[in-house]
Amino acid sequence: MEIAVFAVCAAIVIGGALGVIVTRHPVHAALSLVATLFGIAVLFLTLDAQFLAAVQVIVYAGAIVVLFLFVIMLLGVDRVENLRTEPLGGQRPLAAGIGVAVLVLALLFTIAASSGGFGGDTVATGRPAAVAPEFDSCTAVPKALEGSGAAVACDGPEPISNIRQVAWWVFTDYVWAFQLTGLLLTVAVVGAVVLARQRGGADDETGEPVPDPAPEAVG
Amino acid sequence: MNVLALDPAYIGGFGLDEALILIVKVVAAFAMLMVAVMLMIWFERKLIGDMQNRIGPALAGPWGILQTMADGIKLFFKEDLVPARSDRFVFKLAPYLSLVPAFLVFTVVPVGGNFTTGDGTVSWWGNTTYLQVADPHIGILLVLAMSSMAVYGVMLAGWSSGSKYPLLGSVRASAQMVSYEAALGLSLAAVLLQSGSLSTHDIVADQSGYDWNLWVTGIVPFVVFLIAVTAELNRPPFDMVEAEQELVGGFHTEYSSIRFALFFLAEFMNVITMSAIIVTLFLGGPDGPILVEGVDWLWGIIWFFLKLMVFLFVFVWLRATLPRLRYDQLMDMGWKVLIPLSLGWLLFLGALSIGRDRGWSEAVVIVVSVAALATGGLVLRTAVRAGRAQRQADEAGETADRATQGGGRR
Repeated sequence: MEIAVFAVCAAIVIGGALGVIVTRHPVHAALSLVATLFGIAVLFLTLDAQFLAAVQVIVYAGAIVVLFLFVIMLLGVDRVENLRTEPLGGQRPLAAGIGVAVLVLALLFTIAASSGGFGGDTVATGRPAAVAPEFDSCTAVPKALEGSGAAVACDGPEPISNIRQVAWWVFTDYVWAFQLTGLLLTVAVVGAVVLARQRGGADDETGEPVPDPAPEAVG
Repeated sequence: MNVLALDPAYIGGFGLDEALILIVKVVAAFAMLMVAVMLMIWFERKLIGDMQNRIGPALAGPWGILQTMADGIKLFFKEDLVPARSDRFVFKLAPYLSLVPAFLVFTVVPVGGNFTTGDGTVSWWGNTTYLQVADPHIGILLVLAMSSMAVYGVMLAGWSSGSKYPLLGSVRASAQMVSYEAALGLSLAAVLLQSGSLSTHDIVADQSGYDWNLWVTGIVPFVVFLIAVTAELNRPPFDMVEAEQELVGGFHTEYSSIRFALFFLAEFMNVITMSAIIVTLFLGGPDGPILVEGVDWLWGIIWFFLKLMVFLFVFVWLRATLPRLRYDQLMDMGWKVLIPLSLGWLLFLGALSIGRDRGWSEAVVIVVSVAALATGGLVLRTAVRAGRAQRQADEAGETADRATQGGGRR
């Protein structure tokens, strides 16, 4: 069952990824990207990372690609690109070389890591697995902290939920990373607003010296 | 079956019984939704007819109740047109992108079960289960995910038609739906803060005994959610997307025959599912008094549908009575009123719950947080006013510039 789901999703992910770079139409490429993101969301589900799956769909498929499409539609770039022109000489072979190199490196790294080549007991985050506290199967709060008010009582047949675990980590160990990411996004939003406002003002540039129009123009 | 998650029926493994239960649930939910859509379209037309002092559909069947059926059959047999300048694949795909999310949202809605004195489960031939198709861990996030998927249907339909009015409609639609999704999510977060779970079953169980989120979270998240949902559904007074007076038919101008019917179906299905979500989140779902013992599961269903009817009526009522907003008014309301309001209210509820956890004095917490929020609101208002004043000054300056320049050149 898991293998079948994985196979189907992997096919969707790879097919979508190929579609993004192969289709000539920007809108079709964006749709292929949506397919890829969906496939990844389902893969997250099979890994029991339900929250990541939902966020993947809401944020990436639901907001970011919608914005891509929005820009494509508004700017009217939904035309087929001319692939003959090459703005930077030698760019394509270079890109291909770098891409292959990165792929080979990533593969080597994964193989070495999964066969225990890098000191064995580390999980993908680089955090030693022994440090991660044992989670209570019901409350999903580390066992050491139970009874400190952090534990949420639960009854009924609810199995361990990964959402509580994500919340726990985000608001304890990774709180700085989380807050800084939020700050970064806020800065980005403010920057975007400032840029947009300036472009609105740039219309004045045709008549830039607002207080005194150029004297020769008067003459 | 970790993916389908919390339903107690799946705990002891997934065998023939469970598969049958799942199939029965899916078929029942689908049939129910289809019949409900049929009746909803009739209900809306009849009610609007009443409100506008005319009869409405009256010929097909008793009280015109079969009118939708007649329309459906007519649409089915009409010629299916695909515009020559359209993107054929996307054009054919778009109606399904609208329809599928509308149905999927309904799968997480608990439509029945005794939450008042029981735990909301029912027993079918020795199998205990919930009266909802699935109860995933992410529960309510599925609703957000699907409502953000619904944007694609509208957006791609407009774009792929290869025609200017649908394109305008879909640009409006995507901006509107993305904007109001933020307010939707923030007002929903208030409910999640209250119930401490994303699963719809838990949210409903948390509200049992009339602790409905409608008053437990204060009335504000409910109002924001209702407005945001109306905008998300592109229902009047937020139907700029298909403003007939401006855009012919909006994103579905070029659609005809069964593809148009699919959009129509999706629209009304969305109204029903979103009403069901409102009932689930704010009105305790199937919670209500059990008047006759012995058939207690039935009362949940009855209460659920009565509450659902109220919201269906409200949506029709809004459509019949309110004029359409202007586009800038819509955006102002979304970004400058609803989002700050729901965010502020969420912070307020958070402060209250932390205060309760730490045993702080309730009155002090309320006074301090209200003062803080009022300050924030005042700052925001000043900023909005200053921004507007500056924009107006800029515009005035620009026109003045143009006038002086023109004079100078001459």
